[in-house]
Amino acid sequence: MHEWALAEAVVVTAIKTAKEHSFREVTDIEIQLGQLQQIDKDVFAFAVEKALKSQRLLFKETKVHFHDEEAVFQCRNCGREWTFEDNKKKLSTTESEAIHFVPEVAHAYMGCPDCQSTDFEILKGRGVSVSSITGERDD
Amino acid sequence: MDPRVNIIDKRLEKVKKVVAVSGGKGGIGKSTFAAILALTLSKRGHNVGLLDLDFWGPSAHVILGAEKVLPEEKEGIIPPDIHNLKFMTIMYYTADKALTIRKAAFENAVLELLSVVQWGALDYLIMDMPPGIGDPTLDVIRLMKKVRFCVIAAQSQVVMETVIKTLNTLIELKISITGVVQNMKMNERSVREQIERLHVPFLGEIEFDAGLEEAMGNPDDLLQTGFAKAIDRSIAGKLENF
Ligand SMILES: Nc1ncnc2c1ncn2[C@@H]1O[C@H](COP(=O)(O)OP(=O)(O)O)[C@@H](O)[C@H]1O
Ligand SMILES: [Mg+2]
Ligand SMILES: [Zn+2]
Repeated sequence: MHEWALAEAVVVTAIKTAKEHSFREVTDIEIQLGQLQQIDKDVFAFAVEKALKSQRLLFKETKVHFHDEEAVFQCRNCGREWTFEDNKKKLSTTESEAIHFVPEVAHAYMGCPDCQSTDFEILKGRGVSVSSITGERDD
Repeated sequence: MDPRVNIIDKRLEKVKKVVAVSGGKGGIGKSTFAAILALTLSKRGHNVGLLDLDFWGPSAHVILGAEKVLPEEKEGIIPPDIHNLKFMTIMYYTADKALTIRKAAFENAVLELLSVVQWGALDYLIMDMPPGIGDPTLDVIRLMKKVRFCVIAAQSQVVMETVIKTLNTLIELKISITGVVQNMKMNERSVREQIERLHVPFLGEIEFDAGLEEAMGNPDDLLQTGFAKAIDRSIAGKLENF
């Protein structure tokens, strides 16, 4: 599962942030899961918990929060906005899986519902991002 | 926060040299050189990875004949083994579809690949770059601190115009340049002097090779071409010593 590689990236980011802010402990990590990447939340959550064990003290009581983010697109050609729900049903398993690995390949398989243009912008909900890392300082 | 930028160094931790094969223009042999250089270095006993970053016109899979393979998924993405190369391309995910993406999306896709692909220990990671020195090149420079550039030139004045610009930009950005290769040489005119005037190493010359097209798609045949012999004879050793 490549969710593990992304989980590791999240934890490395938390360690880096903790260092930058001199956190003794990280209390909360807020993670956004963009719908387009179709991350397996259970696998991902499990992988994040596992990766947090690399720094037992820093992450002793860390709570990890996941937030689903709807994917929204906008056509650069005609301006139409639409959501991933509108495209999802039309994708084959192989296509969905490809988007899961590299969300940008959505441009190869999806288009604007009005004008069919593949020149669109992913306004939100692309993939994994960290919205905040909270911690307690040493003083 | 984008967690991906923080993991790239770790993913490339065991990669000794990262070489981006670049050049001002399209059609001057960047992809051919990147693929045959990777095969040659591997034949010389090194662990080599090849990453096709020309998302708008990927071609390394055609050169290598790597049409029906897919990466393995295992705590990341493991590039398939093609003739002893760890080979990664966006083609695995786009199949025969064209990818219409803008520059910002390119950056996102490169970030994604660099953060999930597990290269393991490599002596060389060779990257086939899109033409020019636009955003993709700047992204690679920003994301991969180890990167050094190998620039493909040809004797045409039109090509040299952009090659010199590319080199000057890299010099200004203080990016390491392994050197310049003159491809498709057809007469005695060498660009060596023009290159050395910029204090950039001239790595060698590759003649126009009429037998190249025949060998496309077959790594064993590619290694027998004059193109490959020129790399093995005068260029690979210099890259090994850089
Ligand atoms: N030295 C050479 N002799 C003959 N043909 C060559 C040589 N170098 C490249 N070519 C051919 O030129 C074409 C463009 O090469 P390619 O590697 O795709 O260029 P780029 O990646 O710079 O766009 C290909 O068909 C390739 O086989
Ligand atoms: Mg090319
Ligand atoms: Zn449209």
